[in-house]
Amino acid sequence: MPKRTDIQSVLVIGSGPIVIGQAAEFDYSGTQACRVLKAEGLRVILVNSNPATIMTDPEIADATYVEPITPEFVEKIIAKERPDALLPTLGGQTALNTAISLHENGVLDKHGVELIGANVEAIHKGEDRDQFKEVVEEVRKKIGHGESARSYICHSMDDVLKGVEELGGYPVVVRPSFTMGGAGSGFAHDEEELRRIAGTGLTLSPTTEVLLEESILGWKEYELELMRDKHDNVVVVCSIENFDPMGVHTGDSITVAPAMTLTDREYQILRDIGIAVIREVGVDTGGCNIQFAVNPVDGRVIVIEMNPRVSRSSALASKATGFPIAKIAAKLAVGYTLDEIPNDITQETPASFEPTLDYVVVKAPRFAFEKFPSADSTLTTTMKSVGEAMAIGRNFTEAFQKALRSLEKKGSQFTFVGETGDKDELLREAVRPTDGRINTVMQAIRAGATPEEVFDYTKIDPWFVDQLFLIKEIADELAEAPELTADLLAEAKRHGFSDTQIGEIRGLREDVVREVRHALGIRPVYKTVDTCAAEFAAKTPYFYSSYDEETEVAPREKAAVIILGSGPNRIGQGIEFDYSCVHASFALSDAGYETVMVNCNPETVSTDYDTSDRLYFEPLTLEDVLEIVHAEQQAGPVAGVVVQLGGQTPLGLSQALKDNGVPIVGTSPEAIHAAEDRGAFGRVLKEAGLPAPKHGTATTFAEAKAIADEIGYPVLVRPSYVLGGRGMEIVYDETRLEAYIAESTEISPSRPVLVDRFLDDAIEIDVDALYDGEELYLGGVMEHIEEAGIHSGDSACALPRSPSAASTSSACAPPRRASRGVSGCAA
Amino acid sequence: MTTSTRGAAKTPAVLVLEDGRVFRGRAYGAVGETFGEAVFSTGMTGYQETLTDPSYHRQVVVMTAPHVGNTGVNDEDMESKRIWVSGYVVRDPARVPSNWRSRRSLDEELAAQGVVGISGIDTRALTRHLRERGAMRVGIFSGDAVQDDSALLARVQEAPQMKGANLSAEVATTEPYVVPAIGEKRFTVAAVDLGIKGMTPHRMAERGIEVHVLPATASVDDVYAVNPDGVFFSNGPGDPATADHAVSVMQGVLERGTPLFGICFGNQILGRALGFGTYKLKYGHRGINQPVQDRTTGKVEVTAHNHGFAVDAPLEKVSETPFGRAEVSHVCLNDNVVEGLQLLDRPAFSVQYHPEAAAGPHDAAYLFDRFVSLMEGQRA
Repeated sequence: MPKRTDIQSVLVIGSGPIVIGQAAEFDYSGTQACRVLKAEGLRVILVNSNPATIMTDPEIADATYVEPITPEFVEKIIAKERPDALLPTLGGQTALNTAISLHENGVLDKHGVELIGANVEAIHKGEDRDQFKEVVEEVRKKIGHGESARSYICHSMDDVLKGVEELGGYPVVVRPSFTMGGAGSGFAHDEEELRRIAGTGLTLSPTTEVLLEESILGWKEYELELMRDKHDNVVVVCSIENFDPMGVHTGDSITVAPAMTLTDREYQILRDIGIAVIREVGVDTGGCNIQFAVNPVDGRVIVIEMNPRVSRSSALASKATGFPIAKIAAKLAVGYTLDEIPNDITQETPASFEPTLDYVVVKAPRFAFEKFPSADSTLTTTMKSVGEAMAIGRNFTEAFQKALRSLEKKGSQFTFVGETGDKDELLREAVRPTDGRINTVMQAIRAGATPEEVFDYTKIDPWFVDQLFLIKEIADELAEAPELTADLLAEAKRHGFSDTQIGEIRGLREDVVREVRHALGIRPVYKTVDTCAAEFAAKTPYFYSSYDEETEVAPREKAAVIILGSGPNRIGQGIEFDYSCVHASFALSDAGYETVMVNCNPETVSTDYDTSDRLYFEPLTLEDVLEIVHAEQQAGPVAGVVVQLGGQTPLGLSQALKDNGVPIVGTSPEAIHAAEDRGAFGRVLKEAGLPAPKHGTATTFAEAKAIADEIGYPVLVRPSYVLGGRGMEIVYDETRLEAYIAESTEISPSRPVLVDRFLDDAIEIDVDALYDGEELYLGGVMEHIEEAGIHSGDSACALPRSPSAASTSSACAPPRRASRGVSGCAA
Repeated sequence: MTTSTRGAAKTPAVLVLEDGRVFRGRAYGAVGETFGEAVFSTGMTGYQETLTDPSYHRQVVVMTAPHVGNTGVNDEDMESKRIWVSGYVVRDPARVPSNWRSRRSLDEELAAQGVVGISGIDTRALTRHLRERGAMRVGIFSGDAVQDDSALLARVQEAPQMKGANLSAEVATTEPYVVPAIGEKRFTVAAVDLGIKGMTPHRMAERGIEVHVLPATASVDDVYAVNPDGVFFSNGPGDPATADHAVSVMQGVLERGTPLFGICFGNQILGRALGFGTYKLKYGHRGINQPVQDRTTGKVEVTAHNHGFAVDAPLEKVSETPFGRAEVSHVCLNDNVVEGLQLLDRPAFSVQYHPEAAAGPHDAAYLFDRFVSLMEGQRA
């Protein structure tokens, strides 16, 4: 059943700005979809208001509208472009809601636009809690499995209070209908909480509707990613198990693929329910995900919800399995069936199969509570994470520890030295799910908690608890061993310990551990993500490291350039760095290089297996990058490593990579230091004769006070080498300055705090330029709408600049003399 | 739940392939030695069903999923009364089982049944080796059985081959038994046990069929002694080229025109009964994710497979056979291997894969309904 011939043009709706609960994954899925549709010879019209996306690049669509994603604007585009069809399922909730509005207000009918990839009835059945309950009930009648949590639908606070009585009292779950990322939902343990959460929920829900549900806190949580074609073929692409039991939003949970603690009987029941649900809901073509809660005591299965569209989990499932859900969803939407679509990875077998994994994938969320000290760090059914890292290993411990270090956050790796604190206190603390719970649990284990205690307090599945004990036991062996033997070191690496962790336990520097390890011949091998557990040969070099026997990295002739990606999204770092890395890969490929991408963020275009010639899905730490460089140097010539396009993460590695003999291409580590280190940058400005605010650097309060006294309050204080103004503060007096220095944990002689004169009432201007050592290209001058003092990432800005600012900017630009040694981009 | 202690003496184990490749790991299950045909299975769930599937008799099964044993062993998911694999190869065995139905650990169960295994080896490297070189003989040695590699290799090369092996009688029941219909009895089926899995008669019983399971040695007279509405030929181990007895019994059934259904080995028997050949696949199909197309409807089902041999029948045309016209009804979309046969002039069909699905997806359960329809049609 081949492609439909009655569709010549398709409108694709993107997801707009990145918000918590809806991040870069939709750039990934939307880009894939646009490419597929274009390759099918269709005219692709795209609307997306977010310019920091690959999707809005001119070559991705035939016509791109950077306009707000609202029914009004999209209607204008439809009227102008007259597309045959609208594909709304790849741009998240924003796109879906806009498409529903356009359907319901008759715009689609009026212009003869067909909704493809989903139908409105199916969207309502999937997303409306009331209708979805009926779906689950129908499924239960048909196959005898699956049920909904007992619940009560409310449209007013009176309904809500009555509902609690109907459900037999607290705690209850409150879920507003039609909101994104679970916004407005939560657990209510008493009437006060209930009134607060349900009140917000009623306001947030576009239909003023909330659902009250029986509590299934502590149950096991699973998710299935499914795809269906118009011939009713259904495949389960991936099963995902949440490490954190029910109660934490999946986006905030540590999740594991495939499911680890289900027998086949139980897994097949979930699969049967999933398939019955997708049919009952009527998702004609495309992907969806379905979440389940399973009672650990008796296996009772509750169907929690479904998303009748590509979601955050779809991006994760695609990267975890090598099965490109968005790409295939787009092909299904234009009429293909699964058996007609080849599996890109094997190139011989069709997409109408279910991927099987011979590795374990762990996703860990990244939070930013340190940016919002007053925010409640308790994890609930509302998503609070701002990004995520994914890691792949040949067992859970390896993947898990790699995922934790991929988060690149102080304290994200387990630590096994120092005082643990009181066991009982730690266990009590572990009851409350927070961003740091996993570390609390490990410290409780170190403090002597038993597996039973850990389970009782956290309800984390005993198999996962045992894996934590396994990690702790190896840490003990490392600590107690008279010397680091090859066997012990190999065992530690096999379970994901980093050189820094081993060094910390043994009181050795990271590089010493590495030297010992290399001397003992212990290095990772690289395995392939191939969708089929090696049953068929893989044609795509999509690698992950493991301490195993055989590597699959093939020799190559062409010189390679390794591009370091940006790691997990965080505040101050969205997908703009991914955008840069992807373009670098394309440009280097055009220039005749073999491109090698390294990244650990599953929500990105850079981690698509066909963006670069080779993909390493790996943490961006010095150790992991050095091993990849080594593996690639074994495979063929390596021209260099690009560190300047992935944001602060790779920039922070540049000097250490250079010190380890790795060729850095583009801006040198010294030039990066001259720009990032405030003291060094001050000297550059001075030498160039450019004015700068008075400033100084300090490592103690006394030094900071002296500087502040000299330049006068208010002062702007901040650590060096940080992103998005983390830790930056405007300080108006000495008391606060003292407190700031005391609170700043990251100050060290090599990372001093910077004290700048704060320019009140100043205009802030961004200049983007490219410099090749000879000539300078001025890309643009942007003027901030807000006065200086608002971080540039938080300030609205205008391009071109206003006439009043022109004279100022010309006085400061060009910054060429200042950007000595910088080749590429300077801002 | 108890904490396992690391650092306790781990017994070394060695796996030796007949082409001389060696993998070193640790003993898993029983300590000792074992031989068999090395095959890999790609299912991520269902190890308990796999281990107890009689079709794995004399095979050493390599699990591509790294974590095995996580859900322990329960009393409900056995496909027969014992573990049949001759050896078991895993990467990371569970230290603690976790499942509300679990009764004991897999390690304990393997040891109790004397199944020699090996853990901690690069199972992906071994799988790739088998994919490139084909299924081959293998030995696993642990404890006192470990000698120098060349001595072990010589012993592996002396072990019997799978090609030409006649194994059904070794695994099948010796006495007939009856699996009663669940609910109202509608049909009687004679099921010839060539290594039958427990779920197969259960799937029939669910549809009102009383299943008379007969030994592999049953004659045509034995089959008709139960006065069957339909006859079933099961899955089972070994080389179908050796199954002359089963082929002649099936020909007897085809002559009488009784509704007939075969699974796996039963499909190969039907192939031979119709005059087609069978051949050994390079490394077989073993997993629960295989796309099979029902050529009569065009629909794709995700199916459970466990077969090292296949039927050699033409895909593109209807064949003339001694029992009328026959065609290939199902095909594996990965490699176009014949996965099902049906007769157009008599009520008989078979599939190479496992609609009873234990382990595996339930997509192909409709085939049992198709069997019921054939029997209904015969009555009408």
